[in-house]
Amino acid sequence: MISKKSEAHDSNSSNIDGGQINRREFLKTSAATTGGLIIGFNFVAGNKIASAQDAPKPNTSPNAFLRIARDGAVTVQVKHLEFGQGVMTSLPMLVAEELGCDWTKVRAELAPASPLYANTLFGMQATGGSSSVVNSWEQMRMVGATARMMLVSAASNKWKVDAGKCRVENGVVIGPAGQRANFGDLADAANKLPVPTKIVLKEAKDFKLIGKPTKRLDSASKGNGSAKFGLDVTAKQVPNLHIALVKRSPVFGGKVKSFNADKVNGIPGVTHVVQTANGVAVVAKSFWAAKTGRDALTVEWNFDGVAKPNTAEMRTAYLETAKKPGLVAKAGNVESLKTAAKTVTAEFEMPYLAHAPMEPLNCTVSVTGESCEIWAGTQFQTVDQGAAAQVLGFKPEQVKINTMLAGGGFGRRANPVSDYFREAVDIAKQAKVPVKTIWTREDDIRGGFYRPMMAHRVVAGLDSAGKISAWDHTVVGQSIMAGTPFEPMMVKGGVDNTSVEGVVDTPYDIPNMQTTLHTIKGTVPVLWWRSVGHTHTAFAMESMMDDLAKAAGQDPVQFRRAYLAKQPRMLNVLNTVAEKANWGATLPKGRALGVAVHESFGSICGQVAEVSVEGGKIKVHRVVAVIDCGLAVNPLTIAAQVEGAIAFGLTAARYGKVTFKDGQVEQSNFHDYPILRLNEMPKVEVHIIPGGASPTGVGEPGTPPIAPAVANAVFALTGKRLRSLPFNEDELKA
Amino acid sequence: MIRFTVNGERLETNVSPDTPLLWFLRDNLSLTGTKFGCGIALCGACTVHVDGEAVRACATPVSSLNGKRVTTIEEIGKTPVGKSVQAAWIAEDVVQCGYCQSGQIMSATALLAKIKTPSDSDIDAAMSGNICRCGTYNRVRAAIKTASVANVAPVGKPKATAKVKA
Repeated sequence: MISKKSEAHDSNSSNIDGGQINRREFLKTSAATTGGLIIGFNFVAGNKIASAQDAPKPNTSPNAFLRIARDGAVTVQVKHLEFGQGVMTSLPMLVAEELGCDWTKVRAELAPASPLYANTLFGMQATGGSSSVVNSWEQMRMVGATARMMLVSAASNKWKVDAGKCRVENGVVIGPAGQRANFGDLADAANKLPVPTKIVLKEAKDFKLIGKPTKRLDSASKGNGSAKFGLDVTAKQVPNLHIALVKRSPVFGGKVKSFNADKVNGIPGVTHVVQTANGVAVVAKSFWAAKTGRDALTVEWNFDGVAKPNTAEMRTAYLETAKKPGLVAKAGNVESLKTAAKTVTAEFEMPYLAHAPMEPLNCTVSVTGESCEIWAGTQFQTVDQGAAAQVLGFKPEQVKINTMLAGGGFGRRANPVSDYFREAVDIAKQAKVPVKTIWTREDDIRGGFYRPMMAHRVVAGLDSAGKISAWDHTVVGQSIMAGTPFEPMMVKGGVDNTSVEGVVDTPYDIPNMQTTLHTIKGTVPVLWWRSVGHTHTAFAMESMMDDLAKAAGQDPVQFRRAYLAKQPRMLNVLNTVAEKANWGATLPKGRALGVAVHESFGSICGQVAEVSVEGGKIKVHRVVAVIDCGLAVNPLTIAAQVEGAIAFGLTAARYGKVTFKDGQVEQSNFHDYPILRLNEMPKVEVHIIPGGASPTGVGEPGTPPIAPAVANAVFALTGKRLRSLPFNEDELKA
Repeated sequence: MIRFTVNGERLETNVSPDTPLLWFLRDNLSLTGTKFGCGIALCGACTVHVDGEAVRACATPVSSLNGKRVTTIEEIGKTPVGKSVQAAWIAEDVVQCGYCQSGQIMSATALLAKIKTPSDSDIDAAMSGNICRCGTYNRVRAAIKTASVANVAPVGKPKATAKVKA
């Protein structure tokens, strides 16, 4: 989501690997935004709660990061949202590596909203930008190492031996004479000790857990129905819980003129009908009563002065706009295009996309007097806490957010304007009862905050030797950041980096490259969507490189290599994926390979897709993927994320589009917003480049390469170049 | 009054007869393992068994259940096939966000109860109604094969593990 994390990450990590870390530095980096007496972890041993420092202060966050109970159970508070990416396993792995505990005794819990749990790269609690492991890499290992040193000190005090002569193995401290003490038995004593000032972290060569394929800790509960997602909050936890459904304006920006609830009020179970900022909510004792009530509600809308977008007109306008240069995002002299031996001109179109997480949006709110308690799967606790407080006239600390598991999110649950939180809080405030506001699938698909519709126009020239001589790239689309609280930080000189990332910072050494941007002011709400700007920029860049290879009469892999001489990581991924996919070998008739490689979120992912086309339908048989994500913490999760990112990108490439007619979204559910299904899933092989000093992003980098890899394979097979997403497969009918 | 059993427990209810089984399970019985994904039988997240058949609870009105036997994810592990499917799901590290997995496991269990060693096309036919937005499909397929091997393994011998590449 927020880009350029890798740089911050790299500068952070370079001074810590295997070296000594000063406690004060740790505080500075990890707790800069929190203030007060926070040391990154506290102990709770048995019933006794105390800060791990000498002079405990009133403890408002007793479970900061780690709890070691008297029975030896190790509980890690996970500060990020778990929505599939595996943080409830990978973050505990970081702690456990340094702690030296018995992995089978490790449990993970989702942390509530608190400044303590800030993302160390963003300065607020947030899950996104493929940063969960990256920003926790130092912090969580420090937590584990600090606790281990205190447990060792407790044991050495007890045995009256030198702490340096003790070692830790599988949750046991072992003394020089073979004395043994379990962590659980030492927890109370360790709790009374001062926090060590010098912490030494392990060197990568000594890792036992990090780098080892490790099964997820949340598998069992997700396989037997006991895992609790936001939608699973019931009256058992929140007495008198009501359910709300909202009829929202069918056109973005529309307001309620009037509504008629005569037919709603008699429906058994319906308790309230309340007007919200952009709709009318029906509150009831059950979902079905609320749904029946909403169906019976009639609302008259006020669309005065409200734009009613039409996709067909927008496409024409975007492509026309793309023919003129926009605001310079990256300067370059493209004069030589006029004298190029060959030029290739290409227009790319990408539609609005809904995130469509399997768990529709929901938010449970209980307001009592001076406090508010919320249950939701959110990627953005800090922002949502502030928004909820604003709606209620509270201070953020009066709002407690319980982070629940989320059934996917892909960016939708990280909304700078907290749309679904504000609405749910408003409804609970007005109804004066605890309310769970639920979005139906139709509400989700039509509810906005889409990946923006984009158009790219690229004119690139080749010299007589078949080398790229200039590249003029124009991007058209709405800004994700404009109008949000992040605009001052993320939009520089009128250029929203999330509109052009992946072009302006391409690793390819392309001479005379210019990128310009037209930022469209639209009324359709837009938002980051798994891999953000890279969702469209990688498609344009990697399709274009393939076209230029063809124009130069060169092999697509060989052609790319020429522009990666100064990019050893990228070149290595390209070469590895070509080798693993057996690039260049003869394929069965009717099959072809396509390649794409792209850097995002500090990582590089290369993919080779093997496709066939029958009756105008693309079938992707196999994808070979290679990822360089720095130091691989959990290879099992990394492979899963890349597999999933490919499915996510393939869904968009083949099916994904949200379109408008007279201001209204034309899609509504999975019949007209289809998701890739099991029978369409290609075989996927994932190879992880070994080595790396520290981790880089994993959740998103697998998505960008798949659409261009497939388009390039289709081009190799049929000679037809698909430049619109989703692919217009009709173009492939013979 | 509509009378049926849920997870072996007999019950009768006077809820509105058009109430979908999904919401009856979730709102009336607090059985939240069965998930809401689409509401119109397109995604399979709400899959339960009615008399042993996999059905979409979101499109099954309670009025259709008189005398029927409903089994949900909360109980499926008590059947030998359900237990082996759940174990295979862990062995293959299938889940990501996990939201669709109740439905996946219910569909897979219904498949394996009928066909002990399903072919790839059997799996395609039985499982393509269950959407997974995280894209765990290849591991779902692998886990079904692992569970099928576990189911047919002779009693008293160590169970073999199918190694199926994604």
